Amino acid sequence: MKPAVFDYYSPSGLEEALSLLDEFGYDAKIMSGGQSLIPMMNMRLARPKVVIDISKIDELNFINITDSVIQIGGLTRHFQVEESKEIGEICPLLTEGMKLIGHSQIRSRGTIGGSVVHADPTAELPVMLSTLGATITLASSEEYRTLTTDEFFMTYLTTTIETNEILVSIEIPIPPANTGFAIDEFTLRKGDFAIVLAAASVTLDDEGRVKSATLGLGGVDGVPVILDEITEELIGHFPDSDTISECCNRIGDLVDPEPDIHASGEYRKDLCITYAKRVLERAAEKAANRKG
Amino acid sequence: MTQSNLKNIALTVNGKEYTASVEPRMLLSDVLRDELGLTGTHVGCEHGICGACTVIMDGRPVRSCLVYGVQADQAKVQTVEGLADPDGGLHPLQEAFWEKHGLQCGFCTPGMLMSACHFLEQNPNPNREEIREGISGNLCRCTGYQNIVDAVELAAELLSKNKKCDDESSDLQVVQTGRKVNV
Amino acid sequence: MTIGTSVKRIEDPRLITGKGQYVGDIKLHDQCEAVIVRSPHAHANILRIDTEKAKQLPEVLMVMTGWDLPKDLSPIPMRLAPNEALTKALQFPLAKDKVRYVGEPVVLIVATSRYTAEDAADLIDVTYESLAPITDVHTAIQSDTSVLHPEIGSNDLFLIHSKKGSVNEELKKCPYVIEEDLYVQRHSGIPLETRGLLAVVQEDKRLTVYGPTKVVHFNHQILARLLKIDSQNIRFIETDVGGGFGPRGEFYPEDYLIPYAALRLGRPVKWVEDRLEHMVATNHSREQKHHVVVGFDESGRIHALRDEIFVDTGAYIRTHGITVPVLTQGMFPGPYDFHALEFITHVVATNKTPTGTYRGPGRFEGTFVRERIIDIIAKKLNLDPTVVRERNLIKPEQMPYTNGISALGQVVEYDSGDYPQILDIARNAMEWNQFAERKALAAAEGKIIGLGFAMFVEKSGLGPWEFCEVEILEKGDLTCKTGLADVGQGVKTALAQICSDQLGIPYSKVTVIHGDTDVVEKGNGSFATRGTVVGGSAAWYASEALKKKLLLVAAELLHLPAEELDIKNQLIIHITNQQCLCQLEDIITECRKRGIELREKYTFSIDHMSYPYGIHAAEVAIDSETGKIKIEKYYIAYDIGKAINPLLVHGQLVGGMAQGLGGALFEELRYDDNGQLITGSFMDYLIPSSMEMPEVEIEILENSPSPLNPLGVKGAGEGGTVAVAPAIANAIINALDKYPIEITSLPIRPEVIRDAIKKGPVTNEEE
Ligand SMILES: Cc1cc2nc3c(=O)[nH]c(=O)nc-3n(C[C@H](O)[C@H](O)[C@H](O)COP(=O)(O)OP(=O)(O)OC[C@H]3O[C@@H](n4cnc5c(N)ncnc54)[C@H](O)[C@@H]3O)c2cc1C
Ligand code: FES
Ligand code: FES
Repeated sequence: MKPAVFDYYSPSGLEEALSLLDEFGYDAKIMSGGQSLIPMMNMRLARPKVVIDISKIDELNFINITDSVIQIGGLTRHFQVEESKEIGEICPLLTEGMKLIGHSQIRSRGTIGGSVVHADPTAELPVMLSTLGATITLASSEEYRTLTTDEFFMTYLTTTIETNEILVSIEIPIPPANTGFAIDEFTLRKGDFAIVLAAASVTLDDEGRVKSATLGLGGVDGVPVILDEITEELIGHFPDSDTISECCNRIGDLVDPEPDIHASGEYRKDLCITYAKRVLERAAEKAANRKG
Repeated sequence: MTQSNLKNIALTVNGKEYTASVEPRMLLSDVLRDELGLTGTHVGCEHGICGACTVIMDGRPVRSCLVYGVQADQAKVQTVEGLADPDGGLHPLQEAFWEKHGLQCGFCTPGMLMSACHFLEQNPNPNREEIREGISGNLCRCTGYQNIVDAVELAAELLSKNKKCDDESSDLQVVQTGRKVNV
Repeated sequence: MTIGTSVKRIEDPRLITGKGQYVGDIKLHDQCEAVIVRSPHAHANILRIDTEKAKQLPEVLMVMTGWDLPKDLSPIPMRLAPNEALTKALQFPLAKDKVRYVGEPVVLIVATSRYTAEDAADLIDVTYESLAPITDVHTAIQSDTSVLHPEIGSNDLFLIHSKKGSVNEELKKCPYVIEEDLYVQRHSGIPLETRGLLAVVQEDKRLTVYGPTKVVHFNHQILARLLKIDSQNIRFIETDVGGGFGPRGEFYPEDYLIPYAALRLGRPVKWVEDRLEHMVATNHSREQKHHVVVGFDESGRIHALRDEIFVDTGAYIRTHGITVPVLTQGMFPGPYDFHALEFITHVVATNKTPTGTYRGPGRFEGTFVRERIIDIIAKKLNLDPTVVRERNLIKPEQMPYTNGISALGQVVEYDSGDYPQILDIARNAMEWNQFAERKALAAAEGKIIGLGFAMFVEKSGLGPWEFCEVEILEKGDLTCKTGLADVGQGVKTALAQICSDQLGIPYSKVTVIHGDTDVVEKGNGSFATRGTVVGGSAAWYASEALKKKLLLVAAELLHLPAEELDIKNQLIIHITNQQCLCQLEDIITECRKRGIELREKYTFSIDHMSYPYGIHAAEVAIDSETGKIKIEKYYIAYDIGKAINPLLVHGQLVGGMAQGLGGALFEELRYDDNGQLITGSFMDYLIPSSMEMPEVEIEILENSPSPLNPLGVKGAGEGGTVAVAPAIANAIINALDKYPIEITSLPIRPEVIRDAIKKGPVTNEEE
């Protein structure tokens, strides 16, 4: 289990990294935290001829919070987001979700950009970003472009990023007040990739009725699934468990997960319903507390 | 080794500066073990799950099998060899692992100690559940973890009181685990 | 007294400071590294192997196929339970014409580094013609399935049949007869350190091999035979070992290939297995299908039991021969007194990794089947399962008790034990009598909880003998050379305690030496929980002889009869008044003056095994929405006769429990229909972490010392593992007694539990 030979570049600026990408094209692979890429290289399942290690590009490592968005640089490590007090206050979903990624040793190295570009359908970040309505900004030597999660995630481990592009940041709109969040997942063993994963955000109006809500699921399809069909039903209602339950029971008609060695499709479907209920209830509760 | 491809790196391990000339593909775990002769860091899976290779790099615990040596250029690394005092005095965690029988084969132990060390820095007064979570990124196939949790608990206590386990000059150190009942 | 106290281990100071020396840590001058190219196919003919490109890669030193090995090379022989009929199914170090499992060694490459060796492995081009893979025992034995070892003539390699009484007659008399199919999945020891070897030809032309363990002396002889060189010219040195558990330390293809490569190259050759290799190359274990017919009466008394067992032994017979199948049968009856028993065990070849022992071999499997059957009977009769157990237990007055089935060439004769007592202890500890109330209260709060028990009898102390040599050195330090091996179980500390106890010296003055064939004369090694029992007894007697020698000299000097003297705290004392008479050191000095050699050897022989016994109990809570179980309380009571070091015994039991938990809920070496292992990495082969392991409460009992050895000890290594699966399964079934579920297969998946809950409680009419 030793990687094949590769050439190694460690550019110190984004521009340099992008021109290296232009130079080597398909032969090159960006490495940021390496926590997905290196295991695959050790097993020789990935054999890039050129590795462009972007981990020394400081300009991509930042958390920037404005009145309207939280912007996080592509190279920001998981633990930095996890430990950011500001994020904990403004967008606690991210803080909660980060803790579910692997173990602290993985989060020491793993990066936001890496998790998003890796696009594992049971990874926490893609589901959270989809739930939060985030955008993803990519740079090439020619242009910057900003995509919605819908435009970005294509299928299992595949996105619309081009070989000459680097993910430079993600942007999360600051959630309105009266919003509560929750994320939860089913794993057989702590720290593993989830079998099913659910994230929710619920915003209440002044009377405590649901003003808006989003439900994101992972592990049911090749990309994160946002079930507006379900959450729309909640709008205008008090989010009590019966109401939530009733809506969520319909999830079974909307998703059709594939089986794998750890769980059948039916079981995943069933877990989706359970976890959707759990996160929606908890998010609603938190929204109510925030208001109060 | 393809000579043309060698990169020079300089890193500080346990306070000592090292230089090495390595292929970019050489894992940090292999650099430590083969190039620097620091074989206390173990390798159990080389795909990031077992935690045997855990070291502290620039203040954070990392899997040294998921870092290339070239990435550790200019880094500060701590390994199990650096835990005890230079004069041989054991770190409270090491004392506690010994006292509480927190190891059997000892293969997971270096990684476990490094993870626990960082964990206790972050959370000096943990409860058992938190300790379990704190060491969950390190697999142990021998102990069933219970004595490791005991050991980390004891280490937290020792660290907070800044004291060491009882003097080991007496030969019999009877520890109160193995409950024995005769009916 | 050192025996019986929980002293700290002498092994630890090195290990906690990173100074351990595992085989991968050794680096010799000029050393090179090997890699093995393995079959990607489960079953295929090898048509051609092209090694040219690999040979041309710079720094590649050697590329070898099966055709490059000596023409007259023998296959790797059986160590335990050898059987003539099975020699035709043994494995050669490298495949030549045909591969029979994914992971079978095909080419050996040696290069200056592992990195380069793997580059060369990429360049090896093997042309395979794939054949239909056999992945299931029942398919394997159908008449139209191809035969893996034509000289044996069938994939049903071997049949073991044994019985006691007439099952058919007894069944006729039984008011109730049920049949059940049960399955135990493939899983294995998976130590955290993978295997490894380092072989070097020394200047005097002798071959030294670092890395063998467990049965060092035995493997030493095998290697000499396979290489056709005098064993005097080979030295084996055991290093620190990162976990044994059964699979490690057997003689594998690499144990021949690496020394052979070192001899051919004249350079040190190292091989460290990587994790992906380990998962397909190192012995698997446990996979069995059981078809049980059991007859009982309305009281729950079992009169007859027949079990037809299909053991999936994998592609070849390895060193264990038929150990696991034989032990499965021999230990199946457990603590119960059955009138009639019959076992028909098929050893079946399939296109999967060959198998061997894993902690509690045969007992993990048999205990799951038997203890589930007990609960199934109790459910059928609507009886308390602990009462059904009680009614079938062997009574203390029946000891010693022969269960009528033999194992490892011995009739199984339980030496001592009070089984009803240990059942009572566990019932009390778990508050079983109040459990129904607690369960009802929990139910009222919407919580589903359950409590289950599983009893077991273990075996330990397999003979035939073990060797020990003790010697007092200059400063009163003692060396103890043992034929045992150290696989991380604390054997050094235990032996040091035993010697220290005899000789009245601190255990820290004892240095235990093991695993070096040049230094330790002979030995049988560490397996089958034999270490403390057999090796400990040898150490006990050797130290005793040494003590006698010392006391004779002391007696002469002190003008007292030797029988009145003893050694304590390094002092010669008088037995009756405990008065201190002189320093031990003075006697040692006197002996030296007189030229008396302070060295003794002892070979302890034993014909019969000793049988520790115990009980596991689990209380679980079930998340009804997901089927996930949480172990709220876990309890083990284990009677091991005498605990040399209770702390170490405790450690063995909790550690053993973690492995049992893995087998019960998480671990599976699962194959797809093409014979590909689909759980071949740590991503998919789920070893429990600290979050899955519950706190385990341990009760070590010493009520039934073994009459078969001077210490009264029975081994403690495997009792933590063997009864976990049925204890948890029984707890789940107890929790879900209203639901349509029966657990007959491992691992227990939350999905199965959730499924049953979704179907809803069974209404009374249906029952
Ligand atoms: C034991 C273990 C457990 C884990 N558990 C989880 C888990 O529970 N949940 C989870 O989500 N993840 C888990 N992971 C994966 C981990 O979170 C990875 O770190 C993450 O998926 C990838 O981030 P990275 O920075 O390490 O990316 P890398 O491994 O460096 O790269 C991953 C991919 O993204 C590309 N890439 C990286 N950064 C950029 C960029 N800025 N622009 C363009 N392309 C880029 C790379 O070329 C590569 O294809 C686990 C990993 C391990 C080893
Ligand atoms: S060796 Fe690095 S995590 Fe297992
Ligand atoms: S002590 Fe052996 S793996 Fe932990």
